[in-house]
Amino acid sequence: MLYGAGVDVGSTQTKAIILDERREIVGRSLIDTGAYVSQAAERAFQEAVEDAGLRREDIGYVVGTGYGRFKVTFGDAQITEISCHARGANLIFPGTRTVIDMGGQDAKGIKIGESGDVKDFVMNDKCAAGTGRFLANSAEALGLSLDAIGPLSLKGTSPVRLSTVCAVFVESDIMSYMAQGKKVEDILAGVHSAIASRTVALVRRVGIEAEVTFTGGVSRNLGMVKALEEKLQLPVNVSFESHYMGAIGAALLALERAEAGEGGEALVGDVINVVPRS
Amino acid sequence: MAEQAQKTYEAQMHLIQREMMAKYFDELTRLSEGESGYPVHMLVSGNPVELIRAFDMVPVYPEVNALQIAVKKQALPFIQKAEELGYSIDNCAYVKADIGCFFEGRKAPFGTIPLPSLILCNYVGCNVYLQWFEHLAEYTGAPVFNLDVPFLRTDSEEPSAEDITYVVKQLEELIEVCERLTGKSLDHKKLERIVALSGETGELWSKVKELTQRQPSPFDAYFDSVTLMAPLYCLRGTEECVQFFEVAYKELLEKADAGAGPLPEERFRFVIEGPPPWPYLRIFREMFSKWGAVAVASTYSTVGGLWEFGFRHDSAHPLESIARHMLQWNLTNRSLLHRYQQIRRYVEDWSADALIIHSVKSCRLFSAGQGDMREYFTKELGVPTLLIESDLEDPRYFSEAQMRNRIDAFFESLEHKRIIARAAGS
Repeated sequence: MLYGAGVDVGSTQTKAIILDERREIVGRSLIDTGAYVSQAAERAFQEAVEDAGLRREDIGYVVGTGYGRFKVTFGDAQITEISCHARGANLIFPGTRTVIDMGGQDAKGIKIGESGDVKDFVMNDKCAAGTGRFLANSAEALGLSLDAIGPLSLKGTSPVRLSTVCAVFVESDIMSYMAQGKKVEDILAGVHSAIASRTVALVRRVGIEAEVTFTGGVSRNLGMVKALEEKLQLPVNVSFESHYMGAIGAALLALERAEAGEGGEALVGDVINVVPRS
Repeated sequence: MAEQAQKTYEAQMHLIQREMMAKYFDELTRLSEGESGYPVHMLVSGNPVELIRAFDMVPVYPEVNALQIAVKKQALPFIQKAEELGYSIDNCAYVKADIGCFFEGRKAPFGTIPLPSLILCNYVGCNVYLQWFEHLAEYTGAPVFNLDVPFLRTDSEEPSAEDITYVVKQLEELIEVCERLTGKSLDHKKLERIVALSGETGELWSKVKELTQRQPSPFDAYFDSVTLMAPLYCLRGTEECVQFFEVAYKELLEKADAGAGPLPEERFRFVIEGPPPWPYLRIFREMFSKWGAVAVASTYSTVGGLWEFGFRHDSAHPLESIARHMLQWNLTNRSLLHRYQQIRRYVEDWSADALIIHSVKSCRLFSAGQGDMREYFTKELGVPTLLIESDLEDPRYFSEAQMRNRIDAFFESLEHKRIIARAAGS
């Protein structure tokens, strides 16, 4: 049996997935990335291997992805999370044509083809509004856990309007609404709505086509799923696997390379490193 | 053989360029130390440098100085100095590096910038430049002359006769200003000779640019063009500039004939819009080289003039041809729609696979409309387009991880498309 492993080293969390030849997930792990990126990658991979009841040498190929992909030093190749989320979404939800990925520091829209090929993509630039960080700061300002704010936002009946969509200044905005005596649910509904608007506006640049699949850590937040569906006026594919989608795509790419063996197609950028002559 | 051609090319063309530029900056330093002469501060885009040279005045380009400071990784202290003085974080970083350098004794890593005898604002394409040069006038006490060049705003890409007359009249006023300043009358024969030299330079530069239509392209039309742009802008209208371009054309032609390129293998050909992030030039280049990607055309190499579509300075009509250059034949005075068509022509005639847009954070004027540009190329023409953003001068805007991520993902997708196409074909 051949196995492929994907290790997605994100800004906040590191995810690892082991896929077998049937494209079934047989092992997984999720840990906080922390300050020691190489060690986090190593530990996530080891835990996923153990979760699958395998040994390291059973794994045919390892692909690293995410911001810390170059720290997956034991990996055989590094591929961006854009390509990996596209392939992962295609495996789990084959009808996917648009991927919305919201992670700790990134928000992206990816337009994909039938085979999970990236047709176009857009990302937020130099601004964390519309990302997990914005939600984390909002939760902190309200003294709540990150897991609590999504469900609570669903109870809001008249969402507040945030004057800013800056991940840093959102805290002062929230303080001001608290001082005015606004309900926590309504503030949170406003926060979710603001992020959803911003993200949908970003993703519209590549053109939104059904089916839409929501991936990344923020996809665990039910309030955000609902807010996105409202803004898009479309249902959104989301599952337990959404959080792992980058690692799933990486594992799939790893498995394909393991299957192709020595003569397999590899992407040029990760195998050659050409230095210009002049 | 290819290796041999490459070595000759590097040795001569680059050597001459370095010598010429060092000589030019040494002249600026000598002027700053009291040598007699007339330094004229002016802008790169659409300038009448031929007229300035006819009076033996010396052009000084604050933009070139700012970018040289950035390449030498010295920009940030100057930018911060300007911010201390009250310039906003969003202000053009070229302006801030220049102003900061001015208040820190005008000492740049490559020479000392002389005080201007005349500040000549050829207002083309950028309204911030008006303020920049007015500030310089305020700080230095030098006279300022503003040339008002109307935007090219016709569909035909032709300026109206009135626009040409309007600019020519202003050039005649400028001649009077220069005559008063230098105490010399304009030598018309000399002006014609200088204009003819600019014409020859334009012809050679244009032939050099055609070489990148070859496959593989003999040089990178973005990263390597920089070597040719410095003499083109700072020394246009001189004999030595023509001689430099003769050597460059000969060497690059040999390289092209030998089938040599800047990379061991040319896998992707791209057109690029926008200036490079000067403080991180090497890292930025490596992000493309890694994928075997070579720029075959760049809009940035036309900021100082657009010659590859046929324009030449004409010594039979010196002032009119200078006016045409200012109005019509430089990137920044053209409308965004003209820029779309310029890029489209590059993509088609230079056989490019993709378009890269490098947007400049501190220059909204140049960057405005690039979102629409991206949309036009991806959706209407089906050209894969990547929009990335940092800054041309301010190192604080460059996020290496973000940049690398976008560029890698873009080329992964192009590579994936090829794999799918090959699979479908087999």
